[in-house]
Amino acid sequence: MSNAAVYDIEKIRSMFPILSRKVKGKDLVYFDNAATAQKPQQVVDALTSYYTGYNANIHRGLHTLADEATAAFEATRHAVCAFIGATYPEEIIFTKGTTESINLVAQSWGSAFLKEGDEIIISSLEHHANIVPWQMIAETKGAKLKVIPIDDNGVLDMQAYKNMLNSKTKMVAVVHVSNALGVINPVEEIIHLAHAQGAHVLIDGAQSSVHLDIDVQSLDCEFFVFSGHKVYGPTGTGILYGKKSLLEAMPPYQGGGEMIKEVTFEKTTYNELPFKFEAGTPNIADFIALKSAIDFIKDTGKDSIRAHENMLLGYATEKLRAFKDVRIIGDVFEKVSVISFVVEGVHPQDLAILLDNQGIAVRTGHHCAQPLMQRLCIVGTTRISFAAYNTIQEIDAFMEALKKSLNMLR
Amino acid sequence: MKAVKPILEIEQELMDDFSMFETWEEKYEYLIDLGKKLSPLDPSFKTDDYKIKGCQSSVWIHSSYKDGLVYFEGDSDAVIVKGLVSLMIMVLNGQAPKDIVDATLAFIDSIGLSSHLAQTRSNGLRAMIKQMKLEAGIYAGMK
Repeated sequence: MSNAAVYDIEKIRSMFPILSRKVKGKDLVYFDNAATAQKPQQVVDALTSYYTGYNANIHRGLHTLADEATAAFEATRHAVCAFIGATYPEEIIFTKGTTESINLVAQSWGSAFLKEGDEIIISSLEHHANIVPWQMIAETKGAKLKVIPIDDNGVLDMQAYKNMLNSKTKMVAVVHVSNALGVINPVEEIIHLAHAQGAHVLIDGAQSSVHLDIDVQSLDCEFFVFSGHKVYGPTGTGILYGKKSLLEAMPPYQGGGEMIKEVTFEKTTYNELPFKFEAGTPNIADFIALKSAIDFIKDTGKDSIRAHENMLLGYATEKLRAFKDVRIIGDVFEKVSVISFVVEGVHPQDLAILLDNQGIAVRTGHHCAQPLMQRLCIVGTTRISFAAYNTIQEIDAFMEALKKSLNMLR
Repeated sequence: MKAVKPILEIEQELMDDFSMFETWEEKYEYLIDLGKKLSPLDPSFKTDDYKIKGCQSSVWIHSSYKDGLVYFEGDSDAVIVKGLVSLMIMVLNGQAPKDIVDATLAFIDSIGLSSHLAQTRSNGLRAMIKQMKLEAGIYAGMK
């Protein structure tokens, strides 16, 4: 256990104040990290110091507070650029979240590059956020949506994908890591095959960005999107990475302040990247604090966090397999620290209610992936997901609580 | 016709019952038991027409109106939710439409089940009560 020696779990836990709270009189066990991660003290401190020290609107104010706020805000853009290996900071567009990032691409890219009869490929694993925006633009443009099938474990049928690709394929939008199952998709191969047909690729990194090393330059995808709140940052911070030349060729998504160069009633010229896509006053405080979240990951080490999470994943998977009525969905080797399971004859909602009474937070339901649940012929799953601060002791507490809950329900 | 027992009296009886439970386990075991014992809903009513659609579990409610009183049957695919269905039927079954519409159902808070009214439990107690009151309201208008 060499990892345990270098990974100071107690120190990491002490950085997250929420972990010391009680729920229903019991120690909180937070296993809903795939929905949102908890925030380290340094993120909360960054929010406080902005509001108490240099709150100002950014980019145009000619005073000290505006200078400081602008510098801090743009420092996050540089940090995100490095975090995902982008070439230029202006390739990083700030949005509300992954959902808005995808909508921006679907609407803006779609209006410029999509025409009747074109095809968009998504997969059966997609979150509703990577289905509905494409359905909307496909309907407007008369384009066709195609869906890559999966096997019963949530693994993409790559042969079917290859067969689907053709010269009409203009966009392939797939999830990097399934939010419902934790399965990692072979995005390198997906991107390579799409490019061979001249198609663009959007990777939904909402679940991958916190666990995996992301290098958009080596991935070579046209777009990569994720949310700050899943990487220990504040809510309301979304990222859209796009290749510079492509973003420049795309029309603005929303009109307003900040995104313009010159406005007359006859004609408006648009600002340069990234501001062209950032109309209005942005979410200044939360984006400033997002840098502290990225610093937390950097300082702790993404590799160390992943090794710790994988250790938890292996331990929990083994324990769960010992329950004879439990079936893990997406029980594959290539996955992140997410376990989705069903229990024969037990409704996930009943389980969640009883676990909550024991201080344990899990996610149940369709995980905003109804087509996936239909494909797997289940109403939903119970999902546990681990982060940097979770422990073996918490998994033991969960297993005891699970045992007790199942006894109560039988 | 008049209801056998007023709603408030049934609520009081339930509060007395629940006050005997010392732990959350006893309370939920009781709810699970209620769920398991709920008389099955006629399959012809287990259709989308009678389904309260929501995020997590499915709930079906069917009502009928006889001699000025409303009668409910229901079901759910989740057993704790089914226990809650059973609980609401105990309180609202065989009552006058107006009494159902006007019921404040304060007992839910007193017996410590108000978390099931939370917004996040979008298909929990809240939706169920809303539907039962809606149907009672329709019968009230028929008079």
